[in-house]
Amino acid sequence: MTDVAAGPTNTNVGSATPDTMAWDSRARRVMMIYLPLSCFVLILLFPFYWMAITSFKPNAELLNYKEHNPFWISSPTLAHIKHLLFNTAYPTWLKTTMFVAVGSTFLSLFASTLAAYAIERLRFRGSPYVGLGIYLAYLVPPSILFIPLATVIVQFGLFDSPMALILVYPTFLVPFCTWLLIGYFKSIPYELEECALVDGATRLQILRRITLPLAVPGLISAGIFSFTLSWNEFIYALAFIQSGANKTVPVAILTELVTGDVYQWGALMAGSLLGSLPVALFYSLFVDYYVSSLTGAVKE
Amino acid sequence: MSVTTLPSRGVALRQPGWLARLFDYKPFLIVMCLTPAIGLLTVFLTYPLGLGVWLAFTDTTIGQRGIFIGLENFQYLWTDPLWWGAVFYSVFYTAIATFGKFALGFWLALLLNNHFPLKSLLRAIVLLPWIVPTVLSALAFWWIYDPQFSIISYLLVDVLHIRSTNIDFLGTPWPARFSLIAANIWRGIPFVAISLLAGLQTISPSLYEAAMLDGASAWQRFRYITFPMMMPILAIVMTFSIIFTFTDFQLVYAITRGGPVNSTHLLATLAFQRGIAGGELGEGAAIAVSMIPFLVFATLFSYFGLARRKWQQGEAND
Repeated sequence: MTDVAAGPTNTNVGSATPDTMAWDSRARRVMMIYLPLSCFVLILLFPFYWMAITSFKPNAELLNYKEHNPFWISSPTLAHIKHLLFNTAYPTWLKTTMFVAVGSTFLSLFASTLAAYAIERLRFRGSPYVGLGIYLAYLVPPSILFIPLATVIVQFGLFDSPMALILVYPTFLVPFCTWLLIGYFKSIPYELEECALVDGATRLQILRRITLPLAVPGLISAGIFSFTLSWNEFIYALAFIQSGANKTVPVAILTELVTGDVYQWGALMAGSLLGSLPVALFYSLFVDYYVSSLTGAVKE
Repeated sequence: MSVTTLPSRGVALRQPGWLARLFDYKPFLIVMCLTPAIGLLTVFLTYPLGLGVWLAFTDTTIGQRGIFIGLENFQYLWTDPLWWGAVFYSVFYTAIATFGKFALGFWLALLLNNHFPLKSLLRAIVLLPWIVPTVLSALAFWWIYDPQFSIISYLLVDVLHIRSTNIDFLGTPWPARFSLIAANIWRGIPFVAISLLAGLQTISPSLYEAAMLDGASAWQRFRYITFPMMMPILAIVMTFSIIFTFTDFQLVYAITRGGPVNSTHLLATLAFQRGIAGGELGEGAAIAVSMIPFLVFATLFSYFGLARRKWQQGEAND
C-alpha cells in the first residue's frame, strides 16, 4: 500500500522482461530514489556529524584545515567535554532543564488527560467548542505572548524561577496533548465504559481502571512530545530566567558559553551535543510511538 | 479489578462514598476535569494575550506602570525603518523558507513512500533535525557559517577550487538572510516530510491503478491524483508552518541576533530587543501585536486558499 509509485512500474517492466529493461529500471530507481534520498540524509545529518566531530577535536586541529583533514579527527580528545562538565555550570543547567521538562510534562499530561476525557468521553453540550478552543490555543505563538507573560510572571513573584517555566510551558503543551489524547480516547470503544457503568463502577473508577490503561500508548506519545518540546523551548526561558544556575541548557549555552570574540567552538559544540543527547535518546527509545502519533495526529 | 468482573450479581455492591458520588454527578465531573487545562490556559495564555494588546497601547517600561497612549506606539513603528525592515524580512523569510520546506519536504515524502530496505530506520533518522533543540542545531549552523573556518568555504575554496575567497556568510546582509533561511529549511523539512508521508499513505492505490490503465504518465498521476488528494493535509501543515516560521525567534536570535546592521531582524527578535532587552515593554508588545494581522491573513490564506472543496475533489475524481 505504501508502494504506490514504484510498484506498478516494476511489475510492468517485469512482465515485459528483457534483461536490458530490468537493468534500466534498476538504474532508473537508483537515480530517482536512492541518489536523492542519500543526498537528503547526508544534508540532514551533516550538522550533527559536524557537531560531534568538533566536540572531540583538539583546538590545534579545529582551526587548522591546512594540515589536518577537517572531516576527520587525528587525535580525539575529551578536553572540551571535561571543560564543560567541570569548569562550567553545565551539570546544573542539565539538572534544571530536566526538572523543568519533567515537571511541565507531568502537569500537562495531568491537565490534558482530564480535559480530553471530559471533551471526548463525557460529551456535554458545547464540548466540541471547548475542544476547538483548546486547539486554537496551540496556534497562538510564544513570540506574541512572552512580553505580557513576563509581566504576569513578575506579578506572581515567579521571575527567575524554574517554577515559572513549569507553569508556562503547558500553554503550548496542553493544546497539543489534548488534541493527541482526544484521538486516542476516540479509539477506545464506548461499550467498555458502558459495561462498567452498568456494573456499578463510578466514573472515576472507570477513568482510572479502564480508560487510562487503554490509553497508555497515547499517554506515552503525549509525554514524549511534551518532554521534547519543553526541552527545546527557548524564548520563555530566555525572557524569564536571569541567574546562571536557573537557566535551561539551550539558553545557558548561548548566553553563558558564548563569550568574547573568540568562540570556544569545541566547548560550544560539546554543549550542543550533550544537550541534544537526552532528547535523542528518549526519541530513539520511543521512535515508533513518535512517528506513528505524529502521522496520526496530522491525519486527524 | 472487581469492577468490571463482578463475581456474582447477588453480592450487594459496596456503596460508593459521598465523594465518589459527587464525582458521578456529571456536570461536577466535567467542571473538575476541565479546570486544570482551562485554568492554565486562561491564566498563562488568554490573559497575557489580552494584556499584550493592552500593553501595546501604553508606554509601559520595565519597572514602571505605563499610561494609555492610544496608537502612539503604532504611529512610531510606522515611521521606524527597523520595523519596516523586520516586516520585510519576516515576510521574505516565511515565504522562501515555507516554499523550500514544502518543495523539499514533499519530494522527501515521495521518496520515503517507496519500498526499500531499512525504511523505518531511515524515517527515524530523517526526523532528527526536528527533534534536536533548535538553538543547539542553530549553534552548529553558526559554526558551519563561521567566516574563517566555515566548512562550506573550505569545500568551495580548498577542495573544489570554485572560489578563491571564503564566503562571509553572516557578515553581510543578503548572505546572512539566506543563511538563516537555509538553516530554517533544514530544520523544517523532516516535519513536512513525515506529515505529508502520512497523507500519501492514505491515498488508495486503486486510484493509481485506474490511472495507469488509462495510460497516465508518472507526472500526470502526480498532478491529477497525488497533488489534489494531498491538498487538505498540505493546507493544515502549511498553516502551521507559516505561523511558526513567521513568528520564529530562536534560530535568528542564536545565529545573528538580528545583525548584521539589523538586516535579519524578524518581528519576534525586534520585539525581544525592544521589549525585554531594551525595557520598552509597551513598544515591544506593539511589535508583537503587529504580527497578529499577518498571522490571521496567512492562516486564512493558506487554509481557505488550499482547503477549498473543489481542490480537494480534484479533476481526477470526476
